[in-house]
Amino acid sequence: MSKDMMPGFELFQPDTVDGAVDLLGRYGGEAWALAGGNDSLDWFKDRVKRPQYVVDLSGLDELRGIREMDDGGIEIGAMTTLTAIESSALIQERYSILSDSARRVASPQIRNASTIGGNVLQDTRCWYYRYGVDCYRAGGNECYADTPEGQNREHCLWGADRCIAVSPSDTAPALVALDARMVVRNADGDREIPAEEFFIGPDIDIERMTVLEPGDVLTAIRIPADWAGATFYFEKVADRNTWDFPLVNIAAAMVVEGDTVQSIRIVAGAVECIPRRLTAVEQAVTGQPKNEETAAVAGQTAIRGATPFNFNHFKIPLLQNLVTRAIRDA
Amino acid sequence: MSDKNLVTGPESFPEPRFDDGALTQVASTKASRRQFIKGVIASGAVASSAAVFLTACEPGEQAAAPAAAAGGVERLLTLNVNGQMRRVDVLPNETLAMTLRYKLNLTGTKLGCDRGECGACTVMLDDIAHYSCSTLTHAAKNMAITTVEGLESESGELHPVQQAMIDELGPQCGFCTPGQIMSAVALLRANPNPTRDEARLAMSGNLCRCGAYDNYLNSVMRAAEMA
Repeated sequence: MSKDMMPGFELFQPDTVDGAVDLLGRYGGEAWALAGGNDSLDWFKDRVKRPQYVVDLSGLDELRGIREMDDGGIEIGAMTTLTAIESSALIQERYSILSDSARRVASPQIRNASTIGGNVLQDTRCWYYRYGVDCYRAGGNECYADTPEGQNREHCLWGADRCIAVSPSDTAPALVALDARMVVRNADGDREIPAEEFFIGPDIDIERMTVLEPGDVLTAIRIPADWAGATFYFEKVADRNTWDFPLVNIAAAMVVEGDTVQSIRIVAGAVECIPRRLTAVEQAVTGQPKNEETAAVAGQTAIRGATPFNFNHFKIPLLQNLVTRAIRDA
Repeated sequence: MSDKNLVTGPESFPEPRFDDGALTQVASTKASRRQFIKGVIASGAVASSAAVFLTACEPGEQAAAPAAAAGGVERLLTLNVNGQMRRVDVLPNETLAMTLRYKLNLTGTKLGCDRGECGACTVMLDDIAHYSCSTLTHAAKNMAITTVEGLESESGELHPVQQAMIDELGPQCGFCTPGQIMSAVALLRANPNPTRDEARLAMSGNLCRCGAYDNYLNSVMRAAEMA
C-alpha cells in the first residue's frame, strides 16, 4: 500500500495557552487545535478535514499534570495523557472509575500519546461521516446510516435527530458520572461548564458534539471532592479488547451505606450522541438495598424508551446487562 | 546466536553530538542491502514507496498550503535520533514515520496502516512507545527518538530483546518485528520484570498478521530474564 502525505497546513507551536487561544481566535473555523494527534491526523490523512492552520498544543506544559485542589477535588490538565491518568496513584485511590476508563481506551501507544482533552473532544466514529459523505453532520442533507440498508450497528438508541451517531469516548461517561467541570478558555477569559452540559446532541447543533466553538480551548477538567472514594463501576464492551471503540460502556459512582444505595450517578456511553445519564435508574435505585433485585429493576429501567435501528437491537440487552452488573457488582 | 550475546549489559547510548553528515554516512555504510534492492526494483512499485512521498513534496502539492504566516514553525529541525543530532528539513504536515524512513533513511521503522491501528511504526520518544505514523515530527523535536536501528550496542551486540527474538523464533514474516521490539524495549525500561499478563498488555498495541503473538511473548519474557 502506498502512503501519501496529508495535505499541507501552516503549523503553529505556541508556548503559552494564551498564545494558542490568540491563534485559534484569529483563524477561527480555518484553525484546528491539535492535542495527541491520533484522531486529528486520521482526519487530515483522509482529506475529510482540511484545516489551513493547525495549532499544536503539545508544548504547553501548563496544560499537563494532575493537581489537588483546595476543596479536596483534583484538577487534570487537558493535555495530560491517558497513560498518566490510568497510572496516577491519586486518581486510582480517589476516582478509580476514571483510571479504569482511561485504561480501556484504544492501545498502549495511543494512550501514551492521547490526552484526556482529546479523548472527550474526539469526533464521532460514524463511518459514513468519517468517509467524507455529505451527511447532515458534515453540512449536507441526508443520513446514510438511518436507511433500510444503512450499516448502523454502532449507532444510537436515543436522541436521534437526523443524525444517529454516538459519543465514542470511554472517559466521558466516567467524567459525567463524577460530575466533572470542564474549564474552557477563550479571548474573553475562563469559564467552567458541567460535563453533563458540555456534550451536545444533534438537536442543539448537528455539526459539533460539544459546546466548544472556534477559538475555545479546553484547558482543564476539575473533579469535585463529592465522589472521591465512592463505590465505582466501569465496564466497556467492544468487538475487540484493544483499539476498539465501545459498543456500549457504563460508568457508575455510588455511595453505599450499610446495604443501601444513598446516592448514585450512572452514565452510559455509545448509546446516544452524548454520554447518557440514566436518571430514571438513579431514581429507581436511590434508597434501595444494593442487591440482585434492585439491580434487575435498574437494568429494566435503563432500556425504557430505547429506539433501535436495523442492526443495533443487540445494544438494548447489552445496556440492560451492563446496568444490572454495575448495580450488583460495584 | 553465541552465548556472549545473551549477557549484554544495559545498552549504552553515546552522548548526543552534531553530525551534519550523518545522512550521507548512513547511506554509504549501512544501506548496502537496501541500495541493492532499490537498484533491482528501480522505480517500480515498492511497498511504502518513497516516490509518493517525494512527489507529494513537489511545489505543486505545497501550493495548496497557505503562505508562511508569522509565528509558524521553522522547517529546519535538529532531531535527536538514536543519540545522534540529525539536521533535517521537515514539512509542517510530515509524520515522524515519514521523516525517519524517507529523510533519515531509517527504514527499520515500518509503515503498515499509517492510521495508528497496527503498531508497525512504533518508536520510542523519551523511552515511551509511540506510533510514529500518528506523531507530527515537529511535535517530537524536543524528544529523544529511538528506532530499532538505535538498539544495538556500540560494539554491535544486539539488544537483549533482539537477541531473545532470535532465540525464541519470535518473528515469522518479520514485518511487524521492529514495532514489536520497540514496544518490548519500552516495556522493559519501565518494568524490567513484567508478568506474562503485563507483557501481553504492553504488546497489545502491535498487530501480527502471522499470529506469532505467543512467540513474541516468549521473547519478551526471555529478554526480561536476560537483562
